[in-house]
Amino acid sequence: MRQVTTVLISMDSNSLLNGAEEYEELLKSLIDDHNMSDLIQVIETGTYGIYGKGIILQILPDNVYYVINSSNDLLKIFEEHLLKGREVIDLSVDLNKLKFSKAYKKKETRIVLRNIGLIDPSNIEEYIARDGYAALAKALEMKPNEVIQAVKDSGLRGRGGAGFPTGLKWEMTRKSNSEKKYVLCNADEGEPGTFKDRLILEGDPHSILEAMAIAGYVIGSDTGYIYIRGEYYESIKRVQKAIEDAEKFGLLGDNVLGSDFSFKISVRPGAGAYVVGDETALMESLEGKPGRPRMKPPYPTEYGLFGKPTLINNVETLANIPWIILNGAKSFKNYGTEKSPGTKVFSLVGNVMNRGVVELEMGTTLREILYGFGGGVAKGRSLKMIQTGGTAGTFVKPDKLDIPMSYESIKDGVSLGSGAVLVIDDTNCAVDLAKKVAKFYMHESCGKCTPCREGTRMIYKILDDISKGKGKIEQLDQIQKMSERIADTAFCPLGQSINLPLSSIYENFKDEFMAHIAAKECPVGVCEFEKPHIKKVKIKR
Amino acid sequence: MKFTMDKIKQLKVRVEEIKTRKTENGDDLLMALHAAQEIFDNSIPIEAAEAISDALEVKMNRVYELSTFYSMYSTRPRGKHLIRVCESLPCHVVNGKEVIEALENTLDIEVGETTKDGLFTLETTSCLGLCGVGPVMMIDDKAYGNLTSDRVKEIINGYRGEKQ
Repeated sequence: MRQVTTVLISMDSNSLLNGAEEYEELLKSLIDDHNMSDLIQVIETGTYGIYGKGIILQILPDNVYYVINSSNDLLKIFEEHLLKGREVIDLSVDLNKLKFSKAYKKKETRIVLRNIGLIDPSNIEEYIARDGYAALAKALEMKPNEVIQAVKDSGLRGRGGAGFPTGLKWEMTRKSNSEKKYVLCNADEGEPGTFKDRLILEGDPHSILEAMAIAGYVIGSDTGYIYIRGEYYESIKRVQKAIEDAEKFGLLGDNVLGSDFSFKISVRPGAGAYVVGDETALMESLEGKPGRPRMKPPYPTEYGLFGKPTLINNVETLANIPWIILNGAKSFKNYGTEKSPGTKVFSLVGNVMNRGVVELEMGTTLREILYGFGGGVAKGRSLKMIQTGGTAGTFVKPDKLDIPMSYESIKDGVSLGSGAVLVIDDTNCAVDLAKKVAKFYMHESCGKCTPCREGTRMIYKILDDISKGKGKIEQLDQIQKMSERIADTAFCPLGQSINLPLSSIYENFKDEFMAHIAAKECPVGVCEFEKPHIKKVKIKR
Repeated sequence: MKFTMDKIKQLKVRVEEIKTRKTENGDDLLMALHAAQEIFDNSIPIEAAEAISDALEVKMNRVYELSTFYSMYSTRPRGKHLIRVCESLPCHVVNGKEVIEALENTLDIEVGETTKDGLFTLETTSCLGLCGVGPVMMIDDKAYGNLTSDRVKEIINGYRGEKQ
């Protein structure tokens, strides 16, 4: 009997918009037309991390990757490779070369994304076949303190942006005395330019469930929640399905794997508020209240969701846990830098040839990310600046390309944040971008504290004026002072972070701001200026 | 009016189902509001708010607070199709601005408004997490990527065609 051929096709939310579903349907109908459905199976998998080149599919067991851009390409692959067994040389690609240009020897290190693009995320058996839930089984045989020690030894820090030591958080929540505790997964991914959590939830939902169950066992909790952004319809669906499957297999629910430990997970959708990414605001929202941050202390490890001790971790942080339990803290520390061990999933977006996500060791430079993985600036334009870490991150000029990215790099003026790397080419105007940043803050401010609510509005108004040629020199000072004040006095990390993007873009592009004010022109030609108002002067006689 | 009553019934059934998924007081409230929006064409009318307030035993002012705090909800009537176009920097730097302008021109409304035929409401949104294929927008729960002015026209005309 002939071996069954498997075609893996990326079916994450980004690939879907590139037409992955249409190609899949075409392929399936071709297979049906040739009565080959028992010989060839088509499996949907997570992302290969790269967009912009076309839809990527992999044929197994031949281990050949193809990039397709039209139905003709697919037809050719079907007729040549699947029917006749001949590789289509002009369409096949080496995935590693596709993702990294030759000059850069960097390779992707897959810890968080270990299963994505390899398994069908909707099939729990495929996850189990790749050691899925083995870490949970192992953890259940360990003492909770041993698990905590392993997480502490690994040096894993929160991947949502704040970088708090994960093991310490686990220990603190375990030590809190309470009958009831909660494990909470923060999947309210809202930092602009970041879409790693979405791809993890879509491409490997079980890794999150497994990590949450381990956390539940360790801190002594029987209830977990995953709070997912309301707009992430696809992620919500896939996680829901994964929970149901895990319950059927006895991996969640009562008496997990036959032990005394029981753990249930529920999914809750968000409703559109960036501020809910803050842990205490997220808890408020989950309780059915407006998502406004709480006063800290008390910290969530003592007084969290519904007033009970709560462990809250980001999606990417949790995805690291099963790997650490199985492979040990020592192997985890082989990657990354001394103070930031492990990897980071970077999302590369904006004016870059290859947009996508890539998991690299901590300490990778922006240059390696942009030119090694990203293939350089799109359309042959030149690089003007990069914003790292999301809208709340720093704008840097090309002279900072060689700074290694990690939690420490903020010392050199480059924030790691959520791992977003936004490439901005020379057709963009600094004032226009600053205005967009201010508008974002103005819209997302929850209104709880005055400096943030009023300050962001005033800064936006000034930047709007400057972009229209109505700015005054002294207003530049005013913006600086105000954003510093907001950063000093705001209640939560949202307001506190405003100074980072605004001051860095202003410091780097002072002359462009000046041109808008003094010469009343936009050097790039993006901003539209209002025509000067001509005063009618009455002449007294 | 009868039309609304049917929908209220529908909502009540949905809310009862949502209540079964509740683990603590209040954690079902946002889901109920999402359900109301699905049933009432992307907005939460006062009748729906009252039904939720009764069924979940929460005060009306809390329902109102939530419906106005979160940007996915609206107490004002919105169009049959809700268009959310991304205005965050990753989409902005890849011609997102032109896409928003193209939407305004094609629909002949400005951001925040509803077309006269009640078919579309145009809103901007923060990052949708589809930055690999920006500029992007969502129409109801379906997303569209790699947008250009021409693609926008095509997509909108597709929805208009559905109506006839």
